[in-house]
Amino acid sequence: MTNITPEGRLTTSSLSPAQAAYLARERFHRKRVSVLRTMLFILLLALWELGAETGAIDDFIFSSPSRVVLCFLSMAENGAILHHIGVTLYETALSFFLVVVLSLLLAVLLWSSRSISQVLEPYLVMLNSLPKSALAPLLIVWLGANLRTIVVAAVSVAVFGSVMTLYTSFTQTDRELIRLIRSLGGGKKDVLVKILLPASVPVIISSMKVSIGLCLVGVIIGEFLAARAGLGYLIIYGQQTFAMDEVVLSIAILCVISALFYKGISLLEKRVSPSR
Amino acid sequence: MTPFLDVSGVSFSYHTMEGETKALSHISFTVENGEFIAVVGPSGCGKSTLLTLLCGLAEPEEGTVLLNGLPVSQDHSRIGYMFQRDCLLEWRSVLSNVSLGLEIQRRLTPEAKKELLSMLETYGLGDFVNSRPSELSGGMRQRAALIRTLALKPDLLLLDEPFSALDYQTRLSVCDDISSILRASKKTAILVTHDLSEAISAADRVLVLSSRPGRLKAEIPLSFSGETRPIHRRNMPEFSSYFNLVWKELKSDDKHNS
Repeated sequence: MTNITPEGRLTTSSLSPAQAAYLARERFHRKRVSVLRTMLFILLLALWELGAETGAIDDFIFSSPSRVVLCFLSMAENGAILHHIGVTLYETALSFFLVVVLSLLLAVLLWSSRSISQVLEPYLVMLNSLPKSALAPLLIVWLGANLRTIVVAAVSVAVFGSVMTLYTSFTQTDRELIRLIRSLGGGKKDVLVKILLPASVPVIISSMKVSIGLCLVGVIIGEFLAARAGLGYLIIYGQQTFAMDEVVLSIAILCVISALFYKGISLLEKRVSPSR
Repeated sequence: MTPFLDVSGVSFSYHTMEGETKALSHISFTVENGEFIAVVGPSGCGKSTLLTLLCGLAEPEEGTVLLNGLPVSQDHSRIGYMFQRDCLLEWRSVLSNVSLGLEIQRRLTPEAKKELLSMLETYGLGDFVNSRPSELSGGMRQRAALIRTLALKPDLLLLDEPFSALDYQTRLSVCDDISSILRASKKTAILVTHDLSEAISAADRVLVLSSRPGRLKAEIPLSFSGETRPIHRRNMPEFSSYFNLVWKELKSDDKHNS
């Protein structure tokens, strides 16, 4: 009997021996990868903990997994850590949203006029390669040490690369599809809505993946310099008061946040990509 | 009486910073309502440029293209265009692909949708209304592209090598299919192709263009004693004599140049 799975693959209820062997090999390989991954993580943590325990490394400077957990628990008790995480998440989400909207608008503007794009191109290239952390002190003076500075810093880190990626994708769209829309009597707006945007969905998502990481970078830079809360602030504050547990804890949380953001966009990607 | 399509003295060049390339030079011909014309010529002779001018996507530098006495660039909706590739959009279902033109021209009424569904049914795509284009065979994709074009009820249909992306076997049957559909719906059509046998098997008249800059070298009316189906025409004795005639016209150009 032949069935068709939702993914459109043919499956037979009675597997051939070769197919069964292949599946068994593949499952074993996958299991091995995930076991090795977990073991590597545990090994590194154990070495770190053991080193601190035996005095091979100074746990006042290098901290240790148990100290980080204790630090987290004590900061979770009074809610301080949740507040810092919340602030960083909020700033990152806000700047990510702005980056997505701004870069789409700018890319469409550049695409809509050859003159505009040619005039602006060298400026975009320059702004894209400029180290944005150099702007941060300037932003503090202009906008003050507050959320605005942090969000503007984060947006400036991510937006230019995103604009250039999207614009390149727009200009590389199949010319015959554009001719199709024109031959059906459509104008520039129809080309944009019916061809460019839907054809660019994969590029928009992959540039979102890059942007979310860069936004986090920008937010942390901003918080280093101009914040009273947030994980970036906690890192600087912990360093200045020699509370290395707090610094390491913040970095560990940042790892988790960036992984979660990436995972979130991957899920979005799966939802919007046409099932084949 | 004004002819249905009147092309007179049309010239066109492409301009780049490196210089000017003359693509077409003083092309004149007329097409009657319901006629099926094929345009053949060596590659690079400006066949596709001619279609671009005929459908009004570009203006000729000299000369005029009049459809029912009006310049073609005034009203795109009178002309349907079929491309070399089917250009179906992968992110749309088959139904929403064929309704693309109506959607753009804001003519997608419930009645029009019903009509599209019955066309899809007639042309053997009834079971694939909600499928993605990638699930269709090459011939089915080309038929879907034809429905998308016919949905706008164009007066004149332009076919830009619409079968060239298909394998030979599919190509014969799709050519047969599509020309039968066009004949049955009494459409006026201009087919551009580099395949002589395709041109001769499908058309009422063959126009032969010279190599660049394309000039009109010959007009060869075809008569197969009333037979219109390409598959049957290919087996008739007239077929090979027409083939030789068109071949000779195309070749005579080379002798001039060498």
